[in-house]
Amino acid sequence: MPITILMPSLSPTMTEGSLAKWLKKEGENVSPGDIIAEIETDKATMEIEAIDEGKLGKILVPEGSDEIPVNSPIAIIIEEGEDEETLENFKTPEISMKTTNVNTGVEHEEKSKEVVNAGLAEDESYLANGEGETNLPVVDEGRVFVSPLARRLAEKQSLDLSLIRGTGPNGRIIKSDIEAFSNRNLSFKSNVDEDSYDYVPADNMRKTIAKRLTESKRDVPHFYLKADCLIDELITVRDQLNARSNNEAYKISINDMMIKACAVALMEVPNANVSWDGDGIKLYKTVDISIAVALDNGLITPVIRDANEKGLRMISEETKLLINKARNGQLTPEEYNGGSFTISNLGMFGVKEFNAVINPPQGGIVAIGAAEKRPVVKNNVLDVATVITCTMSLDHRAIDGAVGAQFLETLKSLIENPMGMLL
Amino acid sequence: MISSEFDIVVVGAGPGGYVAAIRSAQLGLKTVIVEADELGGVCLNWGCIPTKALLRTAEIYKNIKNADQFGLSVSEVKVDIKRVIERSREISKQLNQGVNYLLKKNKVEIIKGWAKIEKESDGSIGVLVEGKSEGQRLLKSNNIILATGARARQLPDCHADGNLIWTYREAMTPKLLPKSLLVIGSGAIGIEFASFYSTLGSKVTVVEILDRILPQEDSEISEMARSLLEKQGIEIHTNANIKGLNTDKKRVDLEIEINGIKNNQKFDRAIVAIGIVGNVEGLGLEETNVEVEKSHVVTDEWCQTKEKGIWAIGDLVGPPWLAHKAEHEGVIAVEKIAGIDGLLPLDVTQIPSCTYSIPQIASIGLTENKANELGYEIKVGRFPFKANGKALALGESEGMVKTIFDVKSGELLGAHMIGNEVTELIQGYGIAKALETTEEELIHTVFPHPTLSESMYESVLDAYNRGIHI
Repeated sequence: MPITILMPSLSPTMTEGSLAKWLKKEGENVSPGDIIAEIETDKATMEIEAIDEGKLGKILVPEGSDEIPVNSPIAIIIEEGEDEETLENFKTPEISMKTTNVNTGVEHEEKSKEVVNAGLAEDESYLANGEGETNLPVVDEGRVFVSPLARRLAEKQSLDLSLIRGTGPNGRIIKSDIEAFSNRNLSFKSNVDEDSYDYVPADNMRKTIAKRLTESKRDVPHFYLKADCLIDELITVRDQLNARSNNEAYKISINDMMIKACAVALMEVPNANVSWDGDGIKLYKTVDISIAVALDNGLITPVIRDANEKGLRMISEETKLLINKARNGQLTPEEYNGGSFTISNLGMFGVKEFNAVINPPQGGIVAIGAAEKRPVVKNNVLDVATVITCTMSLDHRAIDGAVGAQFLETLKSLIENPMGMLL
Repeated sequence: MISSEFDIVVVGAGPGGYVAAIRSAQLGLKTVIVEADELGGVCLNWGCIPTKALLRTAEIYKNIKNADQFGLSVSEVKVDIKRVIERSREISKQLNQGVNYLLKKNKVEIIKGWAKIEKESDGSIGVLVEGKSEGQRLLKSNNIILATGARARQLPDCHADGNLIWTYREAMTPKLLPKSLLVIGSGAIGIEFASFYSTLGSKVTVVEILDRILPQEDSEISEMARSLLEKQGIEIHTNANIKGLNTDKKRVDLEIEINGIKNNQKFDRAIVAIGIVGNVEGLGLEETNVEVEKSHVVTDEWCQTKEKGIWAIGDLVGPPWLAHKAEHEGVIAVEKIAGIDGLLPLDVTQIPSCTYSIPQIASIGLTENKANELGYEIKVGRFPFKANGKALALGESEGMVKTIFDVKSGELLGAHMIGNEVTELIQGYGIAKALETTEEELIHTVFPHPTLSESMYESVLDAYNRGIHI
């Protein structure tokens, strides 16, 4: 029976490795102790030793392949008397990471050596059945006795069988045990909150917000940079501009100016106008700023395209238009899809500063706080200034600390010296 | 008067009682069993066993009559009704002796006589026995299991006289085969007798007050059973209201209203098979807290009555009224008394029902209608015996297997079968349900070929749209 060789796990944190080199060719004989391949991980390079006697029948993963998940099949060894035909008919079993406890921290010390030598998962009972379904986490010390129906019900409810007491024969977990367990959880909850809340089922926007922001927090490594910006200059310029508006043809706001400043800063620090796509970094060619707009029951982010090329008046008008449309639920997909960076302003609610959540796949988001008069030190003397705290959340996969800091510095400089936005 | 002490007193030695007594003795409890008639109760002596013996004769008779189909030529075959009955009585007697042997082997004391519950002055409960041979005796115990069974229910206006109008008792010891026979009630008992008599040559008419025969079975099975029985020449009337049942000296007069139309028919004999009533009388229950509802004793899931220390099982309590249910209840009650841990009460959906007519019917779990009523989203699989190789080889191609699954969990909610030997096959589904199977395990089970049981497998496949042989 052909033997499958799996990508071994070489450390508790290893989830995938690269196959750096094959030291045996297809068709070559293999004896126990022979080194058959070299594996590269995030930390080091290791060798795989064969423990079976046979021939290297088939290489499933070519040399130089990256990101091979631990426990995935990488080669097949055929034994004495088997041939290519046996190989053709052989299907490698699907094994999920869950079913081998090779990665558990406690077992690590003893297992790591064995893992490097092992050709096959230690205990075949861990292997999935032909349907590709996995067995539930199997405890090393013994089996979990559970009826097929109860096992399936537990799976569907994502229940941990080790928490459930079995009342069937020999302590087997049976259907009524699963039912009692779920009901117990339900009744506990209802005892606590009975009649003390109303219920609002999630609509599509809420579901989307929940899904995307969870993904963001889970997958994007956020880091935060904060700077207090003196905006007295900015206010002066704003007032001057608005004074020139006849019959209120336009009214520029601090936020409009923030948008412009952000856009210009991104143009000047293009490495911050990016997106991580898993394999590389996208450097956006345009600066499209998404503005976070609060709605009655959620939020949406319409986009100001090419914000760096638009004057403040245009940005102001466009922003007002988009916000209006957003509040009336009239935004079209072209108006809210895309964007390379987001700006979120909670200043009007008196929020001093906050850490916003990045909207994937963007590289970052800047959170604007409330403008307030604060004591500041100017020329070694205590003074008063209008200050806004800007906090930037950045995706560390695409933007490193130095780039982020440079962007923040540029942004602050533009905010404090608005004339720079004219360039 | 002799007074003795026991750990458990069992009243009634039918399948419920004698099994309880044997289990009790196995657990080391001092046990006595009291029986007023024959060991083995109705089941052994006047029920399950003798009727199966009779139906076997009918089956063989039918096969002989069809012998030419199998390439055999048989000249005239005659029915010696006396011998037919005699055989069934012999088998009953044999098993009767067997029960006696088993009880003695397990050192259970047997007392023949009538038992009555006595409440002592100190509040304790005992059983007073009017012994057949030994006079009065008081049996003291903290635990009494009542297993006195049931008897045939009578029609409100017409009492079965045992002469022209029979209950099951007379129906299994006829002096001759009636030319025409009326069967009132189309439950398992009625249909079994209808099948027996019809196969041996009587012209049988079945009347049923509900809208279909075998009302406890899945409606598809009822329908198929009706069509197969009618093909054999049995006349069946459903939605039939009996307005009057009388006898003159020789014949039975039936006044019946079928779908609003009145009708008068005459028969040689009639069998009343409209259900049973529990034997709750004469046990002294009125002096206790034991509750009786609609002639059956009320019990909890452990077979405890409302009187502490008095338990009740079998036909005496609620449905289903089946011998195997009585047996399991007997064991549960005894094990509860013995204080055994981890007991589980009987799950009614795991009790199979069998009807031994020709063709046989067997079922377990929920019917399709019941499953829908309970709100399940279901998958239904069907497989006809016509597509089963063994059934064809046997010359028994009429039948089918129907399986019902819960879409969400894959639980086998119910299985319903009609056809040759299905009563022997249903235990497969019984085991599956006891182990809490899903469709997956059944699909992975290897059924032997060629067998009728393969239709059980194909029915499961059909439920999941992967039937191979259909």
